Amino acid sequence: MEITRRHLLMLLPSAAVAWKYVLAGTPEAAPNYKLTEHWWGMLIDIPKCIGCGSCVRACAQENDVPEGYFRTWVERYHVADWKIEKPEVESPDGGKQAFPPNEESGGKNFFVPKLCNHCADSPCTQVCPVGATFSAPDGVVLVDKKYCVGCRYCVQACPYGCRFINPKTNTAEKCTLCYHRITKGLTTACCEVCPTGARQLADLKNPNDPIHEFLRTHTVQVLKPHMATGAKIFYNGMDGSVR
Amino acid sequence: MPFSSTEGASAGGERTTLLKDIEHLFRLALLMVIGVIVFILFRAAVIPHSFGQYGHYRGDAIKEIAARPIAFAGHQVCENCHTEVVEQKKLGKHVVVPCEACHGALANHAEDPASVKPPKLDTAVICARCHEANSAKPRTFPQVVTADHAGGLACDTCHQPHKPAIETSVKNVAEGKK
Amino acid sequence: MHIPVEGFMYPNEVELQWSVLIVLYPFITGLVAGAFILASLERVFRVQAVKPTYRLALLTALSFLLVAPLPLQLHLGHPERSFEMYLTPHRSSAMAMFGFVYLWYLMAVLLMEIWLDYRRDIVLKSRSTTGLTRFLYRLLTLGSQNISERSLRIDDRLGYLITLVGIPSAFLLHGYVGFIFGSVKANPWWSSPLMPIVFIFSAIVSGIAAVMLLYMLSTRLRRREIDIRCLDTIAQYLLYAFVIDFSLEMLDLLQRIYEADESFRSLDFMVHTRLWQSQVIVQILMGTVTPIALLGLTQILKLTETARKRIYALAGSLTVIGIFAMRWNVVIGGQLFSKSFLGYTTYKMGFATREGLLTAILLMILPFLILWVLVKLLPPWPDADAFSVSSATPAQGTS
Repeated sequence: MEITRRHLLMLLPSAAVAWKYVLAGTPEAAPNYKLTEHWWGMLIDIPKCIGCGSCVRACAQENDVPEGYFRTWVERYHVADWKIEKPEVESPDGGKQAFPPNEESGGKNFFVPKLCNHCADSPCTQVCPVGATFSAPDGVVLVDKKYCVGCRYCVQACPYGCRFINPKTNTAEKCTLCYHRITKGLTTACCEVCPTGARQLADLKNPNDPIHEFLRTHTVQVLKPHMATGAKIFYNGMDGSVR
Repeated sequence: MPFSSTEGASAGGERTTLLKDIEHLFRLALLMVIGVIVFILFRAAVIPHSFGQYGHYRGDAIKEIAARPIAFAGHQVCENCHTEVVEQKKLGKHVVVPCEACHGALANHAEDPASVKPPKLDTAVICARCHEANSAKPRTFPQVVTADHAGGLACDTCHQPHKPAIETSVKNVAEGKK
Repeated sequence: MHIPVEGFMYPNEVELQWSVLIVLYPFITGLVAGAFILASLERVFRVQAVKPTYRLALLTALSFLLVAPLPLQLHLGHPERSFEMYLTPHRSSAMAMFGFVYLWYLMAVLLMEIWLDYRRDIVLKSRSTTGLTRFLYRLLTLGSQNISERSLRIDDRLGYLITLVGIPSAFLLHGYVGFIFGSVKANPWWSSPLMPIVFIFSAIVSGIAAVMLLYMLSTRLRRREIDIRCLDTIAQYLLYAFVIDFSLEMLDLLQRIYEADESFRSLDFMVHTRLWQSQVIVQILMGTVTPIALLGLTQILKLTETARKRIYALAGSLTVIGIFAMRWNVVIGGQLFSKSFLGYTTYKMGFATREGLLTAILLMILPFLILWVLVKLLPPWPDADAFSVSSATPAQGTS
């Protein structure tokens, strides 16, 4: 039975190639992955997010994120009537165990998942003194933990608060857009487990990626556009009160 | 150490050449030049060889980061073996819910199904994460106040997670139990 | 360690990134720049009155400059990799470029100037001392024993040139530290084009005050007569620098209050609550307004020498404390509020930890120990040993 299933697997090319590397855990990315053929981003559909925290848990598991630190997290917003400059926001343990029951329906309430925006003009890579954090040619901002000196300048420079220092390695760390997965044809852990499809990985250089049509037909924003970071995480249906 | 001919010279002492009078500056300059050369040699020896390959960083870092082992197999992999669950899910609303959203990361199970068994899930905890009533959830999304709804019962008492809609007969039993 | 949070903060923001050691760092480099500017007052601007403090100012600058990298090393997650900043400096990073500014200032400006000014004394001491000290002095001579008139004149001219270059270098040294903060657009408490300038002038103020206090203290310890004209002049320059510094800081504050951009409400609340003691009480009232008033008094009223000395000591001490508070308010203050402008956190400073209070105290004591050693090796006192070039007396072989 299993052998038959494995043969079935071989019929799915990308999965087959990816699976070989998944099993082997070998140091090079899948051979059919070319850095210059991709430009990664993500689409987050706010009206679809149910604040279940699956993404936060999955990310922590996939990437060994230490307790108390977050590569991704979910915020819950409460906006009273017209007061969009004074929202009430909470994120208990980053939303990892979802949110406590809350039926209060006055005003406007919604969830906002956050992660590294993988900025095209990233201020964090600008300030790194040694070249330990960088923007890879495929648009993912990464940290070389063998080279990082732990000065924390990048953490200060990120306007979105997505960076932290891993207490075990004493180096800077943040969302890698599951680089070890996307280079093998898989999607990120957070997008994989999202039950409502609120999070979708997007390859902006792929003309067949559904994001192009989505961006054309929906109203989207990025976080803190006045910072001109070239953020590549696009939020559909994001309220003006979101910080 | 050889002393210059101006040892202990004061005003009106022996005349000295200009070169001798700036000799100490040459020594200083030499020291600095040696320092620079030592630094350049040290740098050439120590700098990682893949540095600068794609930009101002170690090119090897990209490969190293991509080499991390995978924890979540992805629902396509699950579906290749568990076809009966796939058929069941197709009949209900949870068809869009990825397997590992509830079952957790199972790449190691997919690699060796015999020796790695996925843990049994506690529906009381898992289901509430999505379906506990919260005004920030979309109004059309099915949500309940579990304390009132289930009266302490575990969710899978009435609901089959792979096909969550309750059949009429099961509903009557559930009403009876409450 | 539980950190109390008020309101909402992004989850990763709760813990502060830069500790009291990063407060120490601009404070120390500020003292360096300020002490050097005081030294340059005599050397370049020919303010003869402050000459008695010339050498002391240079040695003070060196003592602090040598200690400056230590708080940084202790703060780094991987100090053993810190040399990477010299091997592969990222040219867009102010922190990386600062490594070279520091190196330039240490090697090409401060050490050179001290060496050239002291060279005659070093050569003479290399002949008159014995044992380890003799070896040390001979090392410092770099093998040249030439102290002819012309060589000393050349040294003097070169020293003048170096001080001339050193003034913008000192501005660059501490201005850069200001830029490291001022260029961070993500942080509205820091992001300001005024930051480098405010840092420079507060550095000058702290450096002048520090040298003034050290001059008063060392003269008292040596049981000598203080040069009151020197002291009066230093105090005058301290007042001028203070007025400029205060004006700049008030300008920044008034502009912020008037423009009231999206961050203002959050920052204003932070100053009124978490920073009230350190900013309003210590930095502004005690550390700026009071010293300015005291120093202003000495300019307006005719006070006795004793009264003036007491006022200078008090004003100087308050100044140094106030400038430390300013660094604290910038560094720590900039991390107490959330970048969402919806919450605040707390700084939990350890005591006997790598980045704790005890470490900070020890690091602040260290420059004085180094200064003590330097003062023994290269006495800066103008009266005790008449070795200065301008005095034109024959060399005396004393230790």
